[in-house]
Amino acid sequence: MIRIEPRQHRSRTMDLGIPVLSAVIALAFAAIPLMAAGANPITAYGEMVKGVFGSVFALSEMLTRATPLIFTGLAAALAFRAKLWNIGAEGQLYLGAMAAVAVGAGWLDLPGLVLVPLIVILGAAAGAAGMAVPTYLKSRFGADEVVTTLLLNFIILIFLQMMLEGPLKDPMGLGWPQSAPILDQGMLPPLMDRMRVHSGLILALVLAAVAQFMLARSVWGFRLRAVGENAAAARHAGINVKRSLFGVAIISGGLAGLAGVSEVAGLKGYLTADLSPGFGYTGIVVAMLAGLSPVGVVIAALFIASVFVGADSMSRAMGVSSFLADLVVSMSLLCVLVGGFIARYRIIRSGTGRAAS
Amino acid sequence: MMDILNILLSESFWAASLRIATPLIFGVLGALICERAGVLNLGIEGIFVVGAMCGWMAVWLGAGLWGGVLMAALAGAFFGLLHAILTVPLGLSQHVSGLGITLFATSVSYFTYRTALPNVSSPPRIEPFQPLDLPVLSDLPFLGPVLFQQTALTWLALMMVGLVWYVLNRTALGVAIQAVGDNPDSVDAQGLSVYGLRIGAIVAGSALMALGGAFLTMSAFDAFFFGMVNGRGWVCIALVIFASWRPGKALFGALLFGAFDALQVRLQTEMGALVPGQVFLMAPYILSIMALVIAARSADYPRALLQPWFKGQR
Amino acid sequence: MTDTTVLRLNGLSKRFGPVVANDDVSLSLARGEVLALLGENGAGKTTLMNMLFGHYLPDAGTVEVADEAGHLAPLPLGHPQAALAAGVGMVHQHFTLAENLNALDNITLGAEPLRAIRRDRRGARARIEAIMAHSGLKAPLNVPVGRLSVGERQRVEILKALYRDARILVLDEPTAVLTPQEADTLFASIKAMTTEGLSVIFISHKLHEVLAFSDRIAVLRHGRKVGEMATSEADEAAIARMMVGADTPRIARSAMAPGAPVLHLQGVSVAGRSQRDSLKQADLTVHAHEILGVAGISGNGQSALANVISGLSVPTAGHIRVDGSEIPRPSPARMVRAGVGRIPEDRHHEGIVGAMSVAENMVIERLDDPQVQSRGLLRREAIATHAEELARAYDVRGPGVTAPARLLSGGNIQKLILARVFERAPRLILANQPTRGLDMGAAAEVGRRLLEARERGAGIVLISEDLDEILGLADRVVVIRDGQIVETGSHDRERIGLMMAGEAA
Repeated sequence: MIRIEPRQHRSRTMDLGIPVLSAVIALAFAAIPLMAAGANPITAYGEMVKGVFGSVFALSEMLTRATPLIFTGLAAALAFRAKLWNIGAEGQLYLGAMAAVAVGAGWLDLPGLVLVPLIVILGAAAGAAGMAVPTYLKSRFGADEVVTTLLLNFIILIFLQMMLEGPLKDPMGLGWPQSAPILDQGMLPPLMDRMRVHSGLILALVLAAVAQFMLARSVWGFRLRAVGENAAAARHAGINVKRSLFGVAIISGGLAGLAGVSEVAGLKGYLTADLSPGFGYTGIVVAMLAGLSPVGVVIAALFIASVFVGADSMSRAMGVSSFLADLVVSMSLLCVLVGGFIARYRIIRSGTGRAAS
Repeated sequence: MMDILNILLSESFWAASLRIATPLIFGVLGALICERAGVLNLGIEGIFVVGAMCGWMAVWLGAGLWGGVLMAALAGAFFGLLHAILTVPLGLSQHVSGLGITLFATSVSYFTYRTALPNVSSPPRIEPFQPLDLPVLSDLPFLGPVLFQQTALTWLALMMVGLVWYVLNRTALGVAIQAVGDNPDSVDAQGLSVYGLRIGAIVAGSALMALGGAFLTMSAFDAFFFGMVNGRGWVCIALVIFASWRPGKALFGALLFGAFDALQVRLQTEMGALVPGQVFLMAPYILSIMALVIAARSADYPRALLQPWFKGQR
Repeated sequence: MTDTTVLRLNGLSKRFGPVVANDDVSLSLARGEVLALLGENGAGKTTLMNMLFGHYLPDAGTVEVADEAGHLAPLPLGHPQAALAAGVGMVHQHFTLAENLNALDNITLGAEPLRAIRRDRRGARARIEAIMAHSGLKAPLNVPVGRLSVGERQRVEILKALYRDARILVLDEPTAVLTPQEADTLFASIKAMTTEGLSVIFISHKLHEVLAFSDRIAVLRHGRKVGEMATSEADEAAIARMMVGADTPRIARSAMAPGAPVLHLQGVSVAGRSQRDSLKQADLTVHAHEILGVAGISGNGQSALANVISGLSVPTAGHIRVDGSEIPRPSPARMVRAGVGRIPEDRHHEGIVGAMSVAENMVIERLDDPQVQSRGLLRREAIATHAEELARAYDVRGPGVTAPARLLSGGNIQKLILARVFERAPRLILANQPTRGLDMGAAAEVGRRLLEARERGAGIVLISEDLDEILGLADRVVVIRDGQIVETGSHDRERIGLMMAGEAA
C-alpha cells in the first residue's frame, strides 16, 4: 500500500531543481510528437538551439519574445500568491494596448518625455481596471473570478475588434482592422541597433526586481502573503483582506496591461487583433514554472520564449508545425505541477498489512 | 418590438436555440458531474477542442459518424483521466491542473491537425449528422421543426440530461458521488473508495464534455477550425453555478443561453445598421457573467469542491 | 453476558514520521462488554481505533475479529470495507456524514452495490425504522443531515453502524458534543444493546463517565497501554495518575474582587452559521480581574459571540463597549487596537499562517507598529530579535523562529498565540476553546497564563465545551443556549447541565 506524507522540510535544491527538471522533461517528451511528425528529434532540438542562440539577432528575438511574458508572468505570479485567480491577463493585455494607441497614435502630440510615461501609465491603468471589475464582482457578489476573467477575455477581444473597426481604426489602413501607428516619439526606445528588442525589457526586469523586494521586505508583501496562504487567519489578525485583494488585483491587471503597452509601443507600433499569441495564458505557465517568485518569472519567461522562438525557427527549417512550442509549454506546466507534489510530499511504500496478518 | 415578437414566435428561432444549446448541454452536464464529485474541471475548454478534433478526424479517416462520437468521448475521457490523476490521488491545485489540461489538450489537437494536414487552404469537410426525419413527428407544426428535425446528437444530449438526473438521484452510485463531493470522509468511512468515485466521475464528465466539442464539428459545422470552441467551455463552467449543480436546471440554463444567442444573431441582422455587430457577439459572454453574478450569492457549492483528500489523513 | 472474545488487537504500532502514535498495543474485547479507552489528548486512542477500522495501516501488529460463529479470524488491515464486513462499526468524533444527503442516504451509503440501476429505498427505510424502534435511537430520515442537531447526527452515525450489522461498536469521544443529560440517555441505549450481544469500545478522557458506564478500562499514554483493569476495581485518582504519568498540580486560584467592566455587550444580535448558532439580543458584562466562563453545547451561538468579540462579525443590533468606550463598527483591527486579545477556536485555521515564519506570525497583529515596520518596509532584524525573546519567555519550542509556523506542534502553536496576545497586556481576552486538543501539561500552562492575566487586571471571556475547565477557572459562569446568554449564579455541574439543555431557567 502506498502512503502520502507531507515532508517536514522542503529542500532548497528541490525548489530550484524541480522547475528546471520539469522544463527538461517537457522538452524530452516533445520528441514523441516530433517523431510522429516524421522529424529527427536530435536534428530538431539542434535547430531549436540554433534558432535561439545561433546569432545575436536570434538571441535578441528571444529577449523580445520574453518581454511580454515577464509582464504577464508577474501579473499571474503576484495574483496567484494572494490566491486571486487572475486568468484574464490576455484581456488586460489588450486593454493596455488599446489605451496605448488611444493616447499615443496622434491624439496627443506631446514630446516623448511626456508621452511615453503617459502611455505606460494609462496602459497600466486600463489593465488594472480590467482586473478591478472581476475582483469587485468577487468581493461584492461572490462571483468566481476564474470564470469571470476567462469570459472577460472574450468580451475584451470582441470589444477590440469593434474598436479597430470603429474609433481606433487607421484611416490610412486600407480597410484593414488595425489602429493608426503610435507617434514616433511615443515609442519605447529600442535597446540595440537593427534589433527589435526594446526598453520594455528593462521596465519588465526592473518591475520584477521591485516585486521581489516588496514581496519579501514590505508590509504590503507581508499582507499579500498572509492573505494568500491563509485568508481566515489574516482576517482574524486584522488584515483587511478585501483591500489586499484589490491592491494585488490592480497591480496584477496593471502588469498585464503593461505587456500590451510593451508589445504595441515597443514592438509593433500599431494594434491589431492578433497582437498577442496567448501571452496572457502563457504567463500563467511562466508563473507556475517560476514557483510564483518574481525573479523566477524572469528565468521562466526566458525559457518559454526560447521554446517559442526555437520552435518557430525549427518549424521553418524542418516543416514541423510550430504548435510544438505550445505542446512543450503546456507539458512543462503539467510537469512542474507533478514536481511540486514531489517537493511537498513523500510517497512511502509501507509494508503490506496483509503479509503481517 | 414587433420584430422581436416575430422572432420569438418563429420555429426557426427555437430550432436554432436548441441547436446552439446542444454542446452546452453536454458541457454543463460534464462539468456538473465532476463538480458534484468535488473536482473543478477547467480542462473543459481544451476537452471541447479535443472532442471536436478527434470526432471530426475519426470521421474523416472513415470511422463513420458514431465511430467519431466514440473516439471523441474516448479522447475526452483520456484527458479527464489525466486531470483526475493530478487532482485526486496527487491532490494538486484543481485550477492550475485544469488550465494545464486545457492548454495541453488544445495544443495536442492543433499539432495533430496541423501535422496531419500541413498545407490545406480550406479545411476538409465531412458529411455531418443530418437532421432526423421522423415520419409524422417531423411534420408536426412548430414542434416538428423545433424538436424532430434536430440531429441525433441533440437527442443524445437531451437523453443525457435524463440519464444524469436518474443516476445522480436514483442510484446508489449517484448518492455516493454526491456524498464524495460533500464530505469524502463519509464515503471512506462506509468502505467506498473516494479516489475511485472521483476519478470515475471526472472521466465520465470529461467524456461528456468532449461530445459537446464533437457536436461542433459533426453536427453544427462539418469541419475543424482553430479557435472554433471560442470559450464555450468557460460558459459551461459559469452555467453549472447558475444551474446550482442540477441536471434539469442545467438544461434550462443551456436553453436560455441558446435562445439568447439565437436572438442575438437575428437581432444583429435586423439592427446591424444601427449597432455594431460586436455588441451582439459580446452578449452571450456578458450574459454568462450576469448569470454567475446572480447565482453566486445563493450558490450552494458542493462542500468539498476544490478540497483535496488524502487517504489516512483525517 | 458471556466471556467469548470478539476482538483482539495484537501488538499494534504506528508511526507518523518521527512521531510514535502507537507502540505495541494489545487489547481484547468480550461479547457484550463495554471497554473504555482512556487517555490524554494525543495519547493515541483515536489512532488505535482508526487502525482497527482500516483508516490507517499499522506498521506492525494484527487484528482478529470473531465471525458470526464466534471464531476469531484475522482482519485484513487498511480496508474500512473489511472492517465493516467483519461487523466493526465506528462512530468518529468528527462526524462522517454527507450533509447534503438525508439520513436514509447516509445510512445506506456503501451498503448497496454501486452498479445496481435501482435502489430499494422502501426496503431500506423499513429496516432502518425497525432498527430505530429496537435501539431507541431516533432521527428524522428525510431531512438533509446538515439541518439535524448534533445529537441527531450522532444517532445517525450509530444507526449507520447498526445498519451494517455491527457487532462491535467503536465510539470516539461520543459525549464531547452532548449535554450531561443527553450523554446519560445515549449510554442507557448503548447499555441496553450490550445485553443483546453488542460489544462497545468508547474513547474518552472524562473519568466520571468512564467510571459510570464501562465494564473495563484500558489506559493509553504516549501511545502505549499503561494499564488495564475492571471498572469495579478502579480508583479515580489512580487512573488519573496513570493517564498523566504523574500528579498534576491543581491550579491555585486566589479570590479576587472584580473591578470595572472591561466588556459590555448590550442587546447584541448577530447572524451566525445557522439560526440557532446566532446571537439574539445578548447582554454580557465582564469585569477586570474576572474570568467569565461561557458554557453551552456547541452550536448554540458560541461562534457568533466569539466573532463579535474578535471583530469578525458586525452586529445587526446592540452596543459593544470595551473598557468603557463604544466600538461603533467592529473589525478585527479595531478590536486589537481597543485592547482585546483573541485566542481563536481553531488555532491552525485562524490563529496562524502556517506557511509564514514563527517570527512573522508573532507580529501579524501589529503591522502598523513602528517597531515592526518603518515607512512600509519590515524591520526584519527587530522582528527576529523580538521573536527570539518571545519564544524564550513563552517557551515556544520548535525548529526556530525563522521556520514556518506549521512545523510547530499544536501545543507550541498555542503558545505562539498566547505570546502574541499576552505580550500586549490586553484589557480583555477572548479565549475560545483554548485547551482543545492540548495535552494536560500544555492545557495547564494555558490556564496558568489566563489566571496570571486575571491577576494583572484583565477581564477574560472563556468559551469552552469542557465544563470541568470552566468550573476550574471561571469566577462566574453563564450559559449560552439558542443564542441567548443566561446567568447561572452557580458552579453546580448538574444545574448548569440542565440549563445547557434548556430544561431549567
